[in-house]
Amino acid sequence: MEDLALLLARWQFGIVTVYHWLFVPITLGITWMVAIMETTWLYTKNPVYLRMTKFWGKLMLINFAIGVVTGIVQEFQFGMNWSTYSRFVGDIFGAPLAIEALLAFFIESTFLGLWIFGWKKLRPTVHAITIWLVAFGTMASAFWILVAGSWMQYPVGYVLNPETGRAEMDNFLEIITSKMLWAQFPHTIFVGFATAGSLMLGVSAWHLMKKQHLEVMRKSAAFASVALLIGSLGVALTGHWLGQVMVEVQPMKMAAAEALWEDEQPASFSLFAVGDKENNRNAVNVVIPSGLSLLSCNNLDCEVRGINSLQAEMVENHGPGDYIPNLFVTYWGFRAMVGAGSLMILIGALGVWFYLRGTLAKHRWFLLLALWGGIAAGFVGNATGWIFTELGRQPWVVYEVLLTRGTNSPTVPALWVWISLIGFSVLYAILAVPAVYLFVKFAKAGPGEETSNADVAASMVY
Amino acid sequence: MDQGILNLETLWFVLIAVLWTGFFFLEGFDFGVGILLPFIGKDDDERRVVINTIGPTWDGNEVWLLTAGGAMFAAFPIWYATMFSGFYLALFLILIGLIVRGVAFEYRSKSPSSEWRRTWDGAIFVGSVLPAFLFGVAFGNLVRGVQIDAAGEYVGGFWALLNPYSLLMGVASLILFTLHGALFLSLKSKGVVCDRAMEVARPLSIATAGVLALAMVWSYVQTDSGVVPGLLPIAAVALLGVVIWLTYAKLFAWAFVFTGLTIVTVVAAIFIGMYPNVMTSTIDPAYSLTVFNASSTTMTLQIMSIVALIFVPIVLVYQSWSYWVFRKRVGPEDVRTPAH
Ligand code: HDD
Ligand code: HEM
Ligand code: HEM
Repeated sequence: MEDLALLLARWQFGIVTVYHWLFVPITLGITWMVAIMETTWLYTKNPVYLRMTKFWGKLMLINFAIGVVTGIVQEFQFGMNWSTYSRFVGDIFGAPLAIEALLAFFIESTFLGLWIFGWKKLRPTVHAITIWLVAFGTMASAFWILVAGSWMQYPVGYVLNPETGRAEMDNFLEIITSKMLWAQFPHTIFVGFATAGSLMLGVSAWHLMKKQHLEVMRKSAAFASVALLIGSLGVALTGHWLGQVMVEVQPMKMAAAEALWEDEQPASFSLFAVGDKENNRNAVNVVIPSGLSLLSCNNLDCEVRGINSLQAEMVENHGPGDYIPNLFVTYWGFRAMVGAGSLMILIGALGVWFYLRGTLAKHRWFLLLALWGGIAAGFVGNATGWIFTELGRQPWVVYEVLLTRGTNSPTVPALWVWISLIGFSVLYAILAVPAVYLFVKFAKAGPGEETSNADVAASMVY
Repeated sequence: MDQGILNLETLWFVLIAVLWTGFFFLEGFDFGVGILLPFIGKDDDERRVVINTIGPTWDGNEVWLLTAGGAMFAAFPIWYATMFSGFYLALFLILIGLIVRGVAFEYRSKSPSSEWRRTWDGAIFVGSVLPAFLFGVAFGNLVRGVQIDAAGEYVGGFWALLNPYSLLMGVASLILFTLHGALFLSLKSKGVVCDRAMEVARPLSIATAGVLALAMVWSYVQTDSGVVPGLLPIAAVALLGVVIWLTYAKLFAWAFVFTGLTIVTVVAAIFIGMYPNVMTSTIDPAYSLTVFNASSTTMTLQIMSIVALIFVPIVLVYQSWSYWVFRKRVGPEDVRTPAH
C-alpha cells in the first residue's frame, strides 16, 4: 500500500516535470533570440526585424504561458508528495528554490508583462531592455533550480546531523560551485539555444517550402541555424564534459548507460546492446573499441568500471540491496539523447552552410528534415536527457545519501496521489490542445506587416 | 523556549508573513477581478477591459506566492513538509485553479471565436474563486490548529479541514478579495466597467464587514486567546467600517487603501496569533510545530537573510515601477482591434 503511494508519487513527479520541461528549453533559448531581434531592429530600423520580433515573440508567449503555470506545481509538489524528503533536505534544497523565485521569477514575470503591454508606453530602448531582462531571468532561473537539482546528483557542502537525522548546510559556496552544477548548467543553457533554434528553423522551413514571407523567413532561418549550430556543438561539448563528471561521481550511471557489466580497459562504446539481467551480462553488444575510454577520460585506454563490481562496492558501503538503475531506460535514454544531439549538429551545420551559399530555400529535402527531424530532436533529446539523468540516479534520491524509497509523504494515502496524478495528467493533456493549436495557428499565419511599435502593440494585447 | 524575539527564526517568521501579505494584497485584487469578470464585463470589449486592468501585472503578483512557498521550504522545511502534505487536496485544487487561470489570461485573446473566449472566461472565474476561497480555509485551519501527531505529521485527513470555522474563513477571504478587486477596478478602468465596479463595491463592502465581523467573533472563541492577537481582528472589522463609509462618499482610492489595510491587519493577526507556533497541534500542544523546532539551521537562515535584504527592496522597486508604467485607466478604446 505504502509502496503504491510511492510509485504513484514517482509517476506524478515524472509526468509533471517532463511536461514542464517540454516548454522550458524553448523559453530558455527563444527569449534570447527575440531580444537579439528587437535590438537589431532598434539599431538597423529595418522593419523586417520588427516583424520577426513580433512573430517569434508571439510564439514565445504561447510557449511561456504553459511553462509558467506548470512551474507553479513544481514549487509545491516537494512538500505535497515528498514530505520526508523535504524535511531531510530542506536546509539545503529550499534555499535555491526561494532564491530562484526572488531573483528570477520576479524578473521574468514583471518584465515580460512590461514587454507585452509596454509597446506604446515605453521608449524603444527601455522596451528592448525589458526582454533582455526576461532572458537573463530565465537563465538565472535555470541556474538556481539546477543548484538544487545537481546537489541531489552530487551532494556537497553539507553535514548529516545525527540528532535530527537531517542534512544540514555546511558550505554554501561549495554547493554553488559544485562541478556537477557547472557541467549541468552550461549543458542546459546550450540545450535551450539548440532546442529553440531547431524549433525556429523548422517553422521557417515550412514557410520557405510554401514560398511565403520569404524575407522574414530567410532571415529567421539564418538566425535559427546559427543558434542551432552553436547550441548543439555546445551541447555535445558540455555533454562530453558532463559525462566525465558523471563517471567520476556516479560511475554506476555511466556503466548503466553503457550496459557495461564488467570493468574494461580499454572500454568500448556500445552502439547496440540487448541486456540479460538474469545473468548480469549482455546477450548482444555491438561496440566501438576504446570509444568509452575516450568519452570518459579523453584517452584511448583508461579503465571504466562495470556494473557488477560497482554493485558489489555499493553493497559493501551501504548494505544489501539492488543498486542498479533501470538499464533499459538509462541505456536507450542516453542513446536517444546523443542521437538527437548528433542530428541537431548535422541540421545546424547544413543550415549555416546552405545559408552562406544562399541556397537555404532551394533544398526541399533539407527543409523537410529541419521541419520534422529538427523539431522532434529537440523534444526527444530533452525528455530522454532528463529521464536518463534522473532514473540513472535511482535507487537514490540524493546520491549515496538518501534512498528514494520511503521519502514520499507518509500521511498522504495512495488515493490522494491517484487524484492528483490523474488530475494533473488529464489537465495537462487538455491544455496541450489549445497550446499546440495556437502555436500552429500563429506559426502558419506568419508575420504581419508591422512597421511601427504601435502596430505591434495593437497585435499583442487583444 | 526562552529565546526572545530577536532571532533569525522570528525574523523569517515575520518575513514569511510579509510575503503572504504581499501575495494576498496583490493577488487578492487579481482574484477579485477574475471573480467579478462575468458580472461586470457584459460583452467582449468590457471583459477585455476588466482583464487588461491586471493583464501586465498578475503574473508578477503570483510570484509572491511562489516566494512565500520557497521561503517556507528554505526557512521552515518541517512546516513546509507538514502543511503541504497535510493540506494536499486543498492545495491540489488551488494549483488546478491557478493553472487554468494563468493559461486563460494569456490565451483568451488569441482567437476571435466567442465560444473560445467564453470558455477561458469561465476558467478565469473558476480559477479565481477556488484559490480565493481555499487559501482562507487553509489559514483558518492554521488559526484553529490541526491534528499534528508526535512525529510532527498532520494526521487529520481531508474532511477535518472542512470544519465550519475554516469554511467561514474561506467565505471571508473570498468576499474580501472580491471587494478588493471591485475597488481596484474602480480605480483602473473607465466607462461602464468602472461604474459597475463602483456600484457593486457598496453592497459588497457591507456584506464583507458582516462576514468578517462574524469571523472575528468566532476567532476569539475558537482560539480562546482573547488577548493575543489583541485588538487586531477588531481593527480589521473597524477598517471595513471605514471602507463602507468611503464607498458611499465615493472616495474609492481611499477605500482601496483601506481594504488593503484590512488584508494586512488580518494576516498580521493570524501570524501574531500563531507565534511562536507555525502549526498548532490540537492533539497535544507539545506536538505543535514552532518557529524553533521547524526551522532550518542558522547558516541557511543567514544566507537567506542576506539574499532577502538585498533583493526584496529591488523587487519592490521594479514592481512599483511597472505599476507606474501602467497607471492609466483602461477603457474600451484601449482594447478594440484596430481595423486592418
Ligand atoms: C533549466 C531550467 C529549469 C528547470 C530544470 C526547471 N525550471 Fe521551472 N522554469 C524555468 C526553468 C526551469 C523557466 C525557463 O525559468 C520558466 C519556464 C517558463 C517561465 O516562465 O519560466 C520556469 C517556470 C517555473 C515556475 C513559474 C514561474 C512564474 O510564475 O513565473 C516555477 C514555480 C518553476 N518553474 C519551478 C520549478 C521547479 C520547482 C523545478 C524543479 C523540479 C523546475 N521549475 C524545473
Ligand atoms: C526539468 C527537468 C527535470 C526533469 C525532466 C526531471 C525528471 C524527473 C523524473 C522523470 C523523475 C522520476 C524518476 C523516478 O521516478 O524514478 C525525477 C525524480 C526527481 N527529480 Fe527530477 N527532473 C528534472 C529536474 C529536477 C530538478 C531541477 C530537481 C530539483 C530541484 C528535481 C528533483 C527531483 C526529485 C526530488 C525527484 C524524486 C522523485 C523520484 O526520484 O522519483 N528534478 N525527475
Ligand atoms: C550530443 C551529445 C550529448 C552528450 C554527450 C550528452 C551528455 C549528457 C550526459 C552525460 C548527461 C547526464 C548528466 C548527469 O546524469 O548528471 C546529460 C544530461 C542531459 N542532456 Fe545531454 N548530451 C548530449 C546531447 C543532448 C541533447 C541534444 C539534448 C537536448 C536537446 C540534451 C539534453 C539533456 C538534458 C536536458 C539533460 C539533463 C540535464 C542535465 O543534466 O544537464 N543532451 N547529457
